[in-house]
Amino acid sequence: MTLERKPHDLSPIAPVVRDGEAILHEARALMTRRVAEPSRRAFLTRTLSLGGVALLSGCSLDDNASVESALDKISRWNDRVQAALFRQGVLAPTFPASSITRPFPFNAFYSMDEAPVVEEADYQLELSGLIADKAPWRLDALRNFASPRAAEQITRHVCVEGWSAIGRWGGVTFSDFLRRIGADTTARYVGFKCADDYYTSIDMPTALHPQTLLALTYDGQTLPREYGFPMKLRIPTKLGYKNPKHIRAIFVTNTYPGGYWEDQGYNWFGGS
Amino acid sequence: MSTLTKSVPPAAQPPVRSRPVQPGWLRVTHWLNVLAVLTMVTSGWRIYNASPIFGFRFPNEITLGGWLGGALRWHFAAMWLLAANGLVYLLINLASGRLSRRFFPLTLRGVMRDAFAALRGRLAHDDPRHYNQVQRAAYLFAVLDLVLLVASGLAVWKPVQLGWLCTLFGGFQGARLVHFVAMAGLVAFIAVHIAMVALVPRTLRTMITGR
Repeated sequence: MTLERKPHDLSPIAPVVRDGEAILHEARALMTRRVAEPSRRAFLTRTLSLGGVALLSGCSLDDNASVESALDKISRWNDRVQAALFRQGVLAPTFPASSITRPFPFNAFYSMDEAPVVEEADYQLELSGLIADKAPWRLDALRNFASPRAAEQITRHVCVEGWSAIGRWGGVTFSDFLRRIGADTTARYVGFKCADDYYTSIDMPTALHPQTLLALTYDGQTLPREYGFPMKLRIPTKLGYKNPKHIRAIFVTNTYPGGYWEDQGYNWFGGS
Repeated sequence: MSTLTKSVPPAAQPPVRSRPVQPGWLRVTHWLNVLAVLTMVTSGWRIYNASPIFGFRFPNEITLGGWLGGALRWHFAAMWLLAANGLVYLLINLASGRLSRRFFPLTLRGVMRDAFAALRGRLAHDDPRHYNQVQRAAYLFAVLDLVLLVASGLAVWKPVQLGWLCTLFGGFQGARLVHFVAMAGLVAFIAVHIAMVALVPRTLRTMITGR
């Protein structure tokens, strides 16, 4: 998850276009004066116009619907390439406790004091979709399920922005939980809805990866509010925005569920 | 330069069309590479801005994508063009023997000699088919630097699946740093390259028409 929001106030492009025209006009005048030979002049003005067209269209590339749809298609293609590259046997590197980043950075699409307050007494995890046992889970039941199967990892969290931090998460391997609830593990997607209205979804092979963790603790303590109380999905093989916090509902589906950032343009697979 | 300004009488020109100075495949891959590199560098600057390694950001006006997510879409689209086009260039260059013919032999002494000659304005450009030692070194630098950019970029993109590659660059942050430094090297090459083309404009024509 990142702090940068999509800007809504895109500056008008009209002045840039006018500048482009002026530059083109001036450059043409200069070149024409300097080049006497007619064929060379024609050649130069033609290539210059070509560059000018590229320059002008470059200013409006971001707003062009067909360009956006082409970039969408390539992003879907990149999803497939990443799924093909993904190996369940390839593990993310783990680190000694001494290399944990302290303090571990808080990151969300809101500030730390806006993080949701989830009351343990009211909380229950909702299950839906291609799951055999859809009974909701209270937090103590989840802890009871996790404690005999306790899994822990010290791995590197990589943010799409480029920064990274090493942290220590504990809980239960997500595939154990998926099998316990009778999830259809041949389905394509697992989706998550969160208490902060964040939502995301992952591919089933990643959901079943041995390091994909339903995290209930951070650094040996109950997962604190700023890191996703009461639970987050820790996926060391994916970028930060694919690691949902404050999960309140999990569903299994074959229909593409998208995600908060993914629907705005982030790559859906987001694998690392 | 001097031979360029000499006017050649029409009768002295060869009756048959000679082989182009730059073959067609080279011109096509060169300009596709220009497009790919421009897109990669300007979108890469926007991605860098989201979490700068150093104490500065690139002005958003000269970046591509409008925001981090948009820049990433451009970056991960243009990477296919950059890699595929680069692969075609390398394969044909190797298979045709052009690489060994144009770029070698290459010696440090030769590069120094030609660099000093160029600084004194005594380096001839009369045969565009022949690269002097400075040109050889510069173009080979660009090729190798692009290979480094692709390799470090792959390590940043897939630090887990390509963990061995990431380790080679000293981990995720190491790969990011190498990726940045290699970008800076390529931008420096482009600046010198464009300045040289401005000094010997004929080379721009040969890269477009081949003659």
